[in-house]
Amino acid sequence: MEERQILLRNRGKINPRKASEYIATGGYEALKRALSMTGAEIIEELRLAGLRGRGGAGFPTFRKIQFAYDAPGDVKYIVCNADEGEPGTNKDRILLSCDPCAVFEGMAIVAKAVNAHVGFIYLRAEYAYLVPVLEQALESSREEHCLGNNIMGSGFDFDIKLRSGAGAYVCGEETALFESIEGKRGEPRFRPPFPGISGLFGKPTVLNNVETLANIAPIFRNGWEWYRTIGTDNSPGTKLFTVCGNVKRRGVFEFPMGINLKDLIYEVCGGMEEGRELLAVQTGGASGAIINASQIDMTLDIDQVSNSGGRLGCGTILVMDDRNCIIDIVRNNLEFFKDESCGKCTPCREGGTRLYQLICKIAEGRGSIRDIETIEDLAETMRLTALCGLGHSTAVPVTSSIQNFYSCYLRHIDREYCHVCSEEDDAV
Amino acid sequence: MINLTIDGEAIAVEEGTTILEAARRLNVHIPTLCHHEDQAVKAVCRICVVEVEGQRLLPTACSMPVSEGMVVKTASPKVIKARKNIMELILARHPQDCLVCSKNGKCQLQKVARDLNMNRPNRYERDVRESRFDDSSPSIVRDMSKCILCGRCVEACTKGQGITVMAKENRGYGTAVVPPYGKKLVDTCCVNCGQCIQVCPVGALSIRDNTDEVYDQIAKGKHVVAQIAPSVRITLAESLGYAPGTVTTGKIIHAMRKIGFSKVFDSDFTADLTIMEEGNEFLNRLKNGGTLPMMTSCCPAWVKYCETYGYEQLSHLSSAKSPQQMFGAVIKTYYAKKAEIDPKNICSVSVMPCTAKKFECKRSEMCDSGYQDVDISITVEELAKMIRTAGIHFDDLEDQEFDSPFGLGSGAGQIFGTTGGVMEAALRTVYEVVTGETLPRLEFDQVRGTEGIREAEIDLNGMKVRVAVVHGLSNARKVLDEVKAGTSPYQFIEVMACEGGCIGGGGNAPKTRRILAERRRAIYEEDRSLPIRKSHENPYVQRLYEEYLGEPLGERSHKLLHTTYHSRRDLLR
Repeated sequence: MEERQILLRNRGKINPRKASEYIATGGYEALKRALSMTGAEIIEELRLAGLRGRGGAGFPTFRKIQFAYDAPGDVKYIVCNADEGEPGTNKDRILLSCDPCAVFEGMAIVAKAVNAHVGFIYLRAEYAYLVPVLEQALESSREEHCLGNNIMGSGFDFDIKLRSGAGAYVCGEETALFESIEGKRGEPRFRPPFPGISGLFGKPTVLNNVETLANIAPIFRNGWEWYRTIGTDNSPGTKLFTVCGNVKRRGVFEFPMGINLKDLIYEVCGGMEEGRELLAVQTGGASGAIINASQIDMTLDIDQVSNSGGRLGCGTILVMDDRNCIIDIVRNNLEFFKDESCGKCTPCREGGTRLYQLICKIAEGRGSIRDIETIEDLAETMRLTALCGLGHSTAVPVTSSIQNFYSCYLRHIDREYCHVCSEEDDAV
Repeated sequence: MINLTIDGEAIAVEEGTTILEAARRLNVHIPTLCHHEDQAVKAVCRICVVEVEGQRLLPTACSMPVSEGMVVKTASPKVIKARKNIMELILARHPQDCLVCSKNGKCQLQKVARDLNMNRPNRYERDVRESRFDDSSPSIVRDMSKCILCGRCVEACTKGQGITVMAKENRGYGTAVVPPYGKKLVDTCCVNCGQCIQVCPVGALSIRDNTDEVYDQIAKGKHVVAQIAPSVRITLAESLGYAPGTVTTGKIIHAMRKIGFSKVFDSDFTADLTIMEEGNEFLNRLKNGGTLPMMTSCCPAWVKYCETYGYEQLSHLSSAKSPQQMFGAVIKTYYAKKAEIDPKNICSVSVMPCTAKKFECKRSEMCDSGYQDVDISITVEELAKMIRTAGIHFDDLEDQEFDSPFGLGSGAGQIFGTTGGVMEAALRTVYEVVTGETLPRLEFDQVRGTEGIREAEIDLNGMKVRVAVVHGLSNARKVLDEVKAGTSPYQFIEVMACEGGCIGGGGNAPKTRRILAERRRAIYEEDRSLPIRKSHENPYVQRLYEEYLGEPLGERSHKLLHTTYHSRRDLLR
């Protein structure tokens, strides 16, 4: 299967530090066009294109911009969420390291739409090595008059600043990210008010994922009609998939929305290693649902994955072969989430650790059916009452695995020998 | 107006109202833990979740504004289940030693747990929150194993007082509210104001209890002399379950005699004495080019704050002691002599609305009588506990009078308990001393009120004096910054660390602004009802000067009634 490279079109082909090379491939043309449009026209173009957020929730991008556009106030901000913390996900890193100017261009177009003059890129702390690349790309874009004051002679000013936190997963949550930029402890805020009304420094703010922003320039370069020809009706465009785990070929791939998961695993990534069988797939990162081998004939677009109870999320596909144990995988997921809970709200702070303790109990052969009931009950409460997305989705791997791998849970409860979980115990 | 339905009842409320507020109007009190009516919405405990038709998740009533056509269920089975599950998580980390907890009966967690009918065994392993018990402070006891991480103390300390002695550390399950760098409270720049205790919904922060020391002294047969501060008569009844603003002076005196206090005196008396000294000090500074603006010194939390953050501005503080300490000095000298009691057999106890007073009476400067001037300072809450312990039926207690000779205070001394009161009391005296005329109207309305910083200009026979009244230390910081910069437009500044002044002090029952308004009303009514309303007209104060002290700022008053301060700059490191 052939990749369709729109976002990754410049991957390995240009020097990412030089805006001039980006411009030579048609870069900043889209911004030029947007500069001649009104805010309403830009938003309308994005509405027609049907672009949806690539960070996880799949919210229509034009609506986010519309909120900030409608919000009163002279000072508004554009924020690029580059806090790519989802385990196993690398797509934003690839975009920023191969073609950062495409992201800047997207930010500038959104800025023009809402008349914002300052943008922030919140870069994941672990990506600090990208700072020089981004700084040089920003500087060369300014030199080419594509950022800074009076962009391309249009009279519009917009510049971008880099910010980083201290490496907390929760800072990828938009309001926690704002807190972090503001210099505070990275904890989410309650909503409403929504960021479009009161976001960074209390001002109307448009926050988008790196990949979402990278989609904007191609839309304005080629028109929304062209964009609609790619992907599915409800999820137009391409998607970056990070495939990791037990497949022969791992990496970041770009395909139109709607590609089949089975094809992605077997045809693109070459399937399992010899003698191994597929056990499970987790889509959408550590907070995604875990499905079993019989469920992988699935169309990957935002709505269809949701309909099947999962989440396309950031497009991460973790493939697990039969050397793994689901309980062990879930235990690993929960260990991550309990450590990354910010501690602000009760359900996530206390519940995350309790889920982990319960799953450890089951893994170690000390569990009972009652523990599964407690897990499901607690999971429901966390999903319904936690303050932010982290707490809402912490339990997704557990509940989905209970659903799709119930026999595995029963085997552990019946104290059957599990080579994976037992090894871990020995190590401890 | 927004129309919505809550539990089947229609209601129209103003835009911006939260579900919590709207429900209260329909007499539904949704349980809360982190919510405090005077603080920012936090929405962290999640106990106030409700069901809103059409919403996938359960939003928190405290943070969710109402919207047109909203259909809310505040106590559906789904909601109750979620609340119970959250409470179960909280209780699994809590010591649950309610019977021996200082907040027993007044704990919000206890109440919510009871209301939720938490009658099933906890499904989680008991894992009490790790914490180092900290009773290093003379005023505040920290037991963070009881903390539910509501963040109310952090806001009180940070926003209200501008200090941030405590903040969150670590994250997730290990999150804790602690002083920085593992310090004990006594080693921090905590000013002991107790505003954190006022907002703590559980027993994590509590008043240091000194009641046993009082019993010990009574048991030893000491001559136990008590003074009660101006605000105590205003707030004590609240700690016993009465409505805010119920004044019970006579009952308190009676109850204290029953408990075993030998004498019960009125700090209003030394409040008048403070005015004599402080007022004359101010006039002296004004006439002789002394350091101005002069700042009041009767609030020990403010004094410590100034010693820490304004260590180079200490000459601006009035050298006059607080009423508590003036009383202490006079009791073990003048009174001891008059009553022919050896001062070492006197135990001087103060009943205060304040936790910082416990710190103040232990200051090394406060020994001018040759002994520690005030031996024990207990708070309103502690006295209320002693009254309960003694089994006194407060309701039916007959009123009794204060003991003489320190049983008479003026209305000016009485209003020391509220923000603006010291200033007003001082102005009543200063005006008449300077002008030689009788004030046509005693109320100085400009300095009354609730604004954080209030200012007024007073005409003293052509001499204009600009004064400011400040409460809450974050407001005090602004005024102090002006003093530091040399741009302060004032000559006289009253500062009270706690919002509302002493009636809002950390030693009272927990306050809200609404409760504070009742207390303020009561204290001004009390002032109006008193026969003498100016400090310099208090005949017992006049007699004290005649018989013993000489004159204000004289040699003996200087020794007994004035003090010194020292820099606490090292606390900032």
